[in-house]
Amino acid sequence: MINLTVNGKHVQVPEGVTVAAAVLRAGQTAFRLSVSGEPRAPLCGMGVCFECRVTLDGQPHARSCQIVVREGMEVRT
Amino acid sequence: MGHLAIMDDSEAQFALTSYSQSLWRELASELPQEAEYLPCGALWVAADAEEMEEVHRRYHFYSGRGIPAEVLDSHQLAEAEPHLRPGLAGGLRMPADSVCYPPCAATHLLTGISVLFGRTVSAISDAGVEFDDNTSLAAPLIVLAAGSAIRRLIPAAEVFPRKGHLLITDRYPGFLHHQLIELGYLKSAHSTVSDSVAFNVQPRQTGQILIGSSRQYGVETDTVERPMLERMLSRAVEYMPDLAGLSALRAWTGFRAATPDKLPLIGLAPGFTHVYLATGHEGLGISTSLATARLLADQILGRESAIPSAPYNPCRSFVH
Repeated sequence: MINLTVNGKHVQVPEGVTVAAAVLRAGQTAFRLSVSGEPRAPLCGMGVCFECRVTLDGQPHARSCQIVVREGMEVRT
Repeated sequence: MGHLAIMDDSEAQFALTSYSQSLWRELASELPQEAEYLPCGALWVAADAEEMEEVHRRYHFYSGRGIPAEVLDSHQLAEAEPHLRPGLAGGLRMPADSVCYPPCAATHLLTGISVLFGRTVSAISDAGVEFDDNTSLAAPLIVLAAGSAIRRLIPAAEVFPRKGHLLITDRYPGFLHHQLIELGYLKSAHSTVSDSVAFNVQPRQTGQILIGSSRQYGVETDTVERPMLERMLSRAVEYMPDLAGLSALRAWTGFRAATPDKLPLIGLAPGFTHVYLATGHEGLGISTSLATARLLADQILGRESAIPSAPYNPCRSFVH
């Protein structure tokens, strides 16, 4: 199992799953806010729609559906 | 790019840019939010001692003319823009420079004016314009503001297209605080023969960052050229290494309208009695747009202008 945090909350997920899956496992459904402030979440799941973006280890705009979890990752939505 | 800048290439350029900046400042309060008027100031970045000399020269030039300017040392520069690479010599801050989003500012200025879009003018005369579908429009007075395309209508005008690339990033609020331009930009902008790139980045209110700039002569196609884009971005990353970690949304190109003496053509077109020109502004079209309009209105109405208009008289830049 892999341990990471989502908005400071500890979450444990199986190896090989995406960051997007970990965010959902943490109970977080809004991944980001649109320009007008509306909540957004993964739509395409294949890196095209950019709706799944999160801040990953301090780096904004990471596409969570395209990145596999690693131990100790810090995710912010 | 929407930089509302003061430049001092020549006294005439200084007069036009500083006059125009004061007009932008007056207009700012009535601009809609979408015009993104952002009084962020500009910072000219000096890489070495030689460029620092240029910083001091310009500081004295501006101070002597009542324009606010501020010299920053290496430490103050790093503090003002933490993402710049360490070890730069310093910079010149121009606190009165600002930026805007030109398409929305233009839309605001066009309020109440009817505009014909999607028509191509194929010929122009003192009586009006002809379109390529063989229709025409009579007009008592014409202002031709077609940028570098002016030669398709008036071949004698010495205005040449100078291609530039731009790239815009995703939103990174707080990453960049000023419009940043390397002082070497002047060398790039001055070269009238070779292709060049210069570090030039601009913050938008959205947190997006516009990255420029490139200059090319003799290229007529508007496609994004990968080698030129790479050169431009490498230059930007040399100055701001962290730019390399940001996501880009889009890159595109445009054509500046360049003249041999680097001053615009504002005034009556040689050989015409009712056709006025507003072109040849190179990279300063947005900066100097309001002053250009005011100078033209003054000439047309026979009023006295706030600054001398003779340096921009189109006669000097026509093939005789």
